Amino acid sequence: MAQLSNEDILKLARLARLGLTPEEVEEYKNELNAILGYVDSLAAVDVAGLEPTSQVTGLTNVVRSDSVKDYGYETSDLLKNVPSVENNLIKVKRMIG
Amino acid sequence: MAWDSIATIAAKVNAGEVKAVDLVEQSLRTIAEKSSFNAIIATTEDRAKERASQIDAAIAAGESVGRLAGVPFIAKDNFLVFGGETTAASNILRGFEAPYQSTAINRLEAEGAICVAKANLDAFAHGSSTENSDFFTTKNPHDETRVPGGSSGGSAASVVLDLAPFALGTDTGGSIRLPASFTGCVGYKPTYGLVSRSGVVAMASSTDVIGPITTSVEDAAIVLDVISGKDELDSTTIEKDAQGYVVDAPGSLKGKKVGVIKEYMGEGLNPAVKENIVKAIEAMKAAGAEVSEVSLPSLPLALAVYYIVCPAEVSSNLSRYDGQRYGYTKQDAADLNDSYIGSRELGFGKEAKRRIMIGTYVLSSGYYDAYYRKAQTVRTKLINEFAAAFEQYDVLVGPTAPDIAFKIGENAEDPLQMYLTDIMTVAVNLVGVPAISIPAGTIQDMPVGFQIIGKQRSDRELLAIAAQTEAIL
Repeated sequence: MAQLSNEDILKLARLARLGLTPEEVEEYKNELNAILGYVDSLAAVDVAGLEPTSQVTGLTNVVRSDSVKDYGYETSDLLKNVPSVENNLIKVKRMIG
Repeated sequence: MAWDSIATIAAKVNAGEVKAVDLVEQSLRTIAEKSSFNAIIATTEDRAKERASQIDAAIAAGESVGRLAGVPFIAKDNFLVFGGETTAASNILRGFEAPYQSTAINRLEAEGAICVAKANLDAFAHGSSTENSDFFTTKNPHDETRVPGGSSGGSAASVVLDLAPFALGTDTGGSIRLPASFTGCVGYKPTYGLVSRSGVVAMASSTDVIGPITTSVEDAAIVLDVISGKDELDSTTIEKDAQGYVVDAPGSLKGKKVGVIKEYMGEGLNPAVKENIVKAIEAMKAAGAEVSEVSLPSLPLALAVYYIVCPAEVSSNLSRYDGQRYGYTKQDAADLNDSYIGSRELGFGKEAKRRIMIGTYVLSSGYYDAYYRKAQTVRTKLINEFAAAFEQYDVLVGPTAPDIAFKIGENAEDPLQMYLTDIMTVAVNLVGVPAISIPAGTIQDMPVGFQIIGKQRSDRELLAIAAQTEAIL
């Protein structure tokens, strides 16, 4: 695999909504390149005829009835960790400049 | 003063011989006396005392309180628990008060157990030493210059320091078994889906499990029996064994087929650790087990698979920490996007950011097939090799870790070296099978862990075999 550049790191940070200092960009570039170098060992593994696995106990389509269940939570309890609340709504910064 | 077994404590409390308030008091006093080990982030003192009084009153009134009556325990701080903050040892969750409790905690409380404190961990359970905690590093109870292992290092240290009879941990790539090995206690990682993850801070959802950390296999089995089984709040949960998990009669190892994993006994294993493991295997043989070597050729690939799958799921799970609904929020943000970026920049520690970056990369357009899909396909290869091995063997065994606990700071500057600590534990998580680490002697006064692995849903048999092995080590 090609080595990640500073621009690649900045692009990833942007995709992940993660602010990074210039020192962190340099640090993560080196570390990610080392880690990706290690996991590149998988490239040569023969997996012909095999399907990927994401669920290990074989469960498929676990469903439940689509009905409201009252767990007894108070609205105020559910909102107590919200940084900014107005009229029981979560208040955020403007989205469009 | 060390604790009685969990069953004994509960029996004494139910009989009125011991008061729950005194047990909670003993636990809180020990936590205060041993605070220099940094095992605990915070106690849940007020709520614990209140619950203890209620339990004592109920027993005085002639009511039966449950199988864990009055038994104090410590929860890793990634469990949502009433009576204090839940931080996952992260700055971004500092101050977070859970509006509901995790299913595992609710089930323990329903049987009369009392949560007294929240244990330290690597922030968001990302790590193998607790050095990635955003708050402080927990010290190994046997040597304060060494790590306790991680990420459930605070939980394991708590049990070894006698802060409580048991603790809860989470194991995504070895986070229960590794600290159990490094501190010298029992750490149980159940079959994937056996314990509800509802109300536990998510790390990598396809491998996350919850399990007990205890001083004996018997205690681990009781705790598992209480917390396991289907839960409508976690659709990945599976039914528990109809007979439960309590290890009742001591069985025998006679005729049990034990496979010694070749790939875990070779290169990279400290020869002194190997000696202890070989001794444990010889003891099983002497007790009548049929022991032979087994090879799972893809095992050396497991760590690479894990360090693609895990960060991918981490980056997805941590996207919910956006600074808007809970957790740290950047105050002077110009707009919403700036608020996201700034809140996450300051709220996440180094390792969380590192994993978010790797995960974002391996899931990004153009690299998904080469990394994520490939890793999940090699995972299938691993699953097939374990399935083939379990056609011949009842359990597979080997060391839990390649070495004893390392020095604080030794691996801190090299993330890849730190990841290698998990080399003998991650495959179990990728395959979804249960495994346990039990103490197998010491070298240089530091504990060594012996790992026993069972097939999926064989938790009952695995615990029985582990109890029999524990008895002869």
